[in-house]
Amino acid sequence: MRERPPIADWATDFDHTDPLWTENPFPIWDGLRQKCPVAHSERYLGVYLPTTYEAVRAIAYDTEHFSSRRVMVRNARPEPPISSPPITSDPPHHRPAKLLLLPYFTLAAVKKLESKTRDVCNELIERFIGDKHCDAAAQYSRHIPVRVIALMLGIPEKDSDYFIKWIHEILELGITDNTVLMKAIYEMSEYFSGQIELRRKKPTDDLITSLMQARHDGKPLSAEHVVGTLRLLLIAGIDTTWSAIGASLWHLAKTPSDRKRLVAEPALIPTAIEELLRAYAPVTMAREVMKETFVCGFAVKPGNMVLLSFPAANRDPAMFPEADKVVIDRENNRHAAFGLGIHRCVGSNLARMELTVAIEEWLNCIPEFRLDPSSPVTWSEGTVRGPRQLPILFG
Amino acid sequence: MPPATKLRIRVDQKKCQGHNRCHQIAPSLFELDEFGNAHEIGDGRVPAAMEEKAWLAKANCPELAVDVIED
Ligand code: HEM
Ligand code: SF4
Repeated sequence: MRERPPIADWATDFDHTDPLWTENPFPIWDGLRQKCPVAHSERYLGVYLPTTYEAVRAIAYDTEHFSSRRVMVRNARPEPPISSPPITSDPPHHRPAKLLLLPYFTLAAVKKLESKTRDVCNELIERFIGDKHCDAAAQYSRHIPVRVIALMLGIPEKDSDYFIKWIHEILELGITDNTVLMKAIYEMSEYFSGQIELRRKKPTDDLITSLMQARHDGKPLSAEHVVGTLRLLLIAGIDTTWSAIGASLWHLAKTPSDRKRLVAEPALIPTAIEELLRAYAPVTMAREVMKETFVCGFAVKPGNMVLLSFPAANRDPAMFPEADKVVIDRENNRHAAFGLGIHRCVGSNLARMELTVAIEEWLNCIPEFRLDPSSPVTWSEGTVRGPRQLPILFG
Repeated sequence: MPPATKLRIRVDQKKCQGHNRCHQIAPSLFELDEFGNAHEIGDGRVPAAMEEKAWLAKANCPELAVDVIED
């Protein structure tokens, strides 16, 4: 077990797994943005933390100095880094790897999954609506992305407990425990190799078979590429959307005025969804500094990682008036919840659809609800932030 | 003929990353290709009734890829 020394000063000693950060990171970022917009910490072998939109944007666009070969800030930096194209790819390899995936995630492709997603939401609600209370993270938000991605990949829904376990081991425990992370990666790779083997005998109509049949420059993708991409789709698709749905329900549970307004004006939902994505952006990525450069006047040096906080950028008052308030009819909202530049989230249309449908169906069935004061809300740690326990009362 | 207007929109293909915010705001002005990148429909001329939406699309594009040209 790693001991976790207390934070001496957030500007020089920050830690993205500190309980204070996990519970409520916003005041930390607001403080840093004012006095030290590109903070540095010696923890995790050296890491920077930009908190302004301008700095986050500059780094996301600068693939020459900032590499995606590592996209998590952890205690270990194994060589070679674990490859999961396209998220871990830099130019020129990034683009072909991404182009392969994009057609499966267009708005039109995602629309075809909408009615099935609605059925999933209603089925889940059906199970607990009679109880007049539920854990909206464990009984609702968590299951929606798992079911949808299982459908797209063509893997059994009943394996979803494994998926959740691996993702927890990779995204949370893996920050400080490299052995647990490597084991989870190995198990996931074995799982997908098994799925590929099944399809070699009998091709199926799903994304795994499509990736197996994909060609780049006339050649099939390497087995390592296919497995790496499949791991990525599973990891990137589940905790992220789970977190976004959960955080949105959490906000509506504690903000009756917004909840009532959305029930009365469903046409506002798309605008509100963008605002909830801005305010509670779940995903913080990372980059590795490859060459010395300056970010907004601050020197950054190779050997360090950068915590690329899209959530902090989204709270920058220089970019968003009243950045710390949720304004559900905010019209000018150039938020960065799905990233900026070439690594824009492949699944952004899918995630938006799932989030919108999840909120619409919930409000339809449960227009009145509130937090259960007798039991705490808990949040996930590290890279993806969202409620993991969300006790709600209704009726 | 729809009422004339001074506005034209254009999507900079070098900047667009396919966030699809523009299409969500103004589906009659932006079309999406097989990779999800946006293109102005036709010559990008904005009908008078859509002017406000054209500005909104510009204001919400995270990549600053939407230009609104007044000529
Ligand atoms: C609300 C939910 C989601 C959020 C907030 C989110 C956020 C992000 C962000 C910020 C990035 C940029 C990474 C970077 O700059 O390094 C990203 C990349 C990515 N996301 Fe998502 N994501 C979500 C859901 C999904 C879903 C549902 C999928 C697919 C099943 C997905 C697949 C991917 C992939 C494949 C990439 C890599 C893209 C690239 O490197 O070009 N995401 N996501
Ligand atoms: S919002 Fe901007 S980046 Fe997104 S599709 Fe439209 S033009 Fe492209």
